[in-house]
Amino acid sequence: MAEAAIRAGCRFYFGYPITPQNEVAEYMSEHMPEAGGTFIQAESEIASIYMVLGASVTGARAMTSSSSPGISLKQEGISFLAGQELPAVILNVMRGGPGLGNIAGCQGDYFQATRGGGHGDYKTIVLAPGSVQELVDLTGVAFELADKYRNPVMILADGLIGQMREPVVLPEPVKHLPEKDWALRGAKGRPSRFSRSLILNVRRMEEHNWKLQRKFREIEANEIRFEQYLLEDAKLVVVAFGSAARVAKGAVKRLRKEGLKVGLFRPITLWPFPHKKIRELANECSEFLVYELNAGQMLEDVKLALSGSAEVFFYGRPGGVIPTPMDVAKIIGSRYYQRIKRKAK
Amino acid sequence: MLIKCFFAGFGGQGVLSMGYFLAYAAMKEGKEVTYLPAYGAEVRGGTAHCTVGISDEEIASPVASEPEYVVAMNQPSAKKFQNAICSGGMMFINSTLVTEPPQRGDIEIVEVPASGIAEEMKNIQATNLVMLGALVKKTGLVSLKSLELSVEDAFSAKKKLIPVNLGALRRGWEYLD
Repeated sequence: MAEAAIRAGCRFYFGYPITPQNEVAEYMSEHMPEAGGTFIQAESEIASIYMVLGASVTGARAMTSSSSPGISLKQEGISFLAGQELPAVILNVMRGGPGLGNIAGCQGDYFQATRGGGHGDYKTIVLAPGSVQELVDLTGVAFELADKYRNPVMILADGLIGQMREPVVLPEPVKHLPEKDWALRGAKGRPSRFSRSLILNVRRMEEHNWKLQRKFREIEANEIRFEQYLLEDAKLVVVAFGSAARVAKGAVKRLRKEGLKVGLFRPITLWPFPHKKIRELANECSEFLVYELNAGQMLEDVKLALSGSAEVFFYGRPGGVIPTPMDVAKIIGSRYYQRIKRKAK
Repeated sequence: MLIKCFFAGFGGQGVLSMGYFLAYAAMKEGKEVTYLPAYGAEVRGGTAHCTVGISDEEIASPVASEPEYVVAMNQPSAKKFQNAICSGGMMFINSTLVTEPPQRGDIEIVEVPASGIAEEMKNIQATNLVMLGALVKKTGLVSLKSLELSVEDAFSAKKKLIPVNLGALRRGWEYLD
């Protein structure tokens, strides 16, 4: 991920250590200076996110990475980035559980990530990789989207992806970065510019907030990403993201071998969420099973998307343990037999 | 064909690097691989295990439901993971430390006194490579050559350690017929 960020033109990394994502900072500390960039291990998470803000306001590509409790501390800064319309990439390798939790895979930060996370009426684009290769690919996408919409982008991974090793193909380094006519680099020879989220004029404040909302609607219209796996003839659709989707895919493969018509829908952007696509799937299929490594967070988005047009069953494990494909296959299989085989009779 | 291999033992026995060497060798052979480590907060003396998946097609899950092969480097691991192996699978035990092998009749138990061999070589740190050599000889997961290259790459910054480690790998390989 770190190398992918450098190749995406990121030249500023600021972080504060926390497992399971210290490999990113470790790599950055060695290779960021080689790329002519800056690596700083800040005195705290809060300092590091504001260093990102400072670098971003000059027009540079900047990022930070942390894990659940560290991300909570950064939320104030993320809100400021959104309010000031500044691009930034934030990697969250989620830990298991509230408080400190553990370093096993968990997806407990779904709500925090997709609902904005900090104070104020804003959204961050949230990308959820399902493999190490996708983490690499989405890192490039994250920097592009952040610049395109001048908005923070969060990559939401978990302990499983954070610790796993897989072979990857790295992208070519980005040669041309977008022009930024809003960046603050000294006003010599031009009128001064401002970047701020404090707007005391009432009408201007409202207009600024509406402008942010228009931008969020535009992102919702253009940037939805998802993967569909064996959905054509599926009688039961499993919905899962990130590592959970990967385990679910293994389960779906097993069940297909046994002749069960199950498929997998995997949202890659968690915000904007593929509501419309899920609603369309309900035209062909009336049984959905949401599987998450939490007690039911994306579940709410799936239910909203379906608005009662299909049955939704939930299987969640609230972090700490990663169920095997066989565990998940048992759950999907039993639901399938209860609902679909019975109906067929 | 997807093969999952699970390595378990004490932290400090080289359990994680064993899996890493195997995964790296398989990657160099052009196979799809996943490597998933797991360890306690303590490093030396705690528990450590890792799962390696090797396949010729995309691997869905890096987590193993029923691994084909389990390598148990100590007694607690042999006990804890004996039921995880799929029927017809194999368990490799470090017979120097595992004195009570599993009782299952539907798996093959391969005993390798890896710690003993490594001690004979006056290089207890290479226990993992002795075991790895034996594992690969028996299962043919990767070639000995790829594994040797994998070890050479891993120690490229500490070249003087390469000969002893390759020696240990070969001793394990030669131990089994």
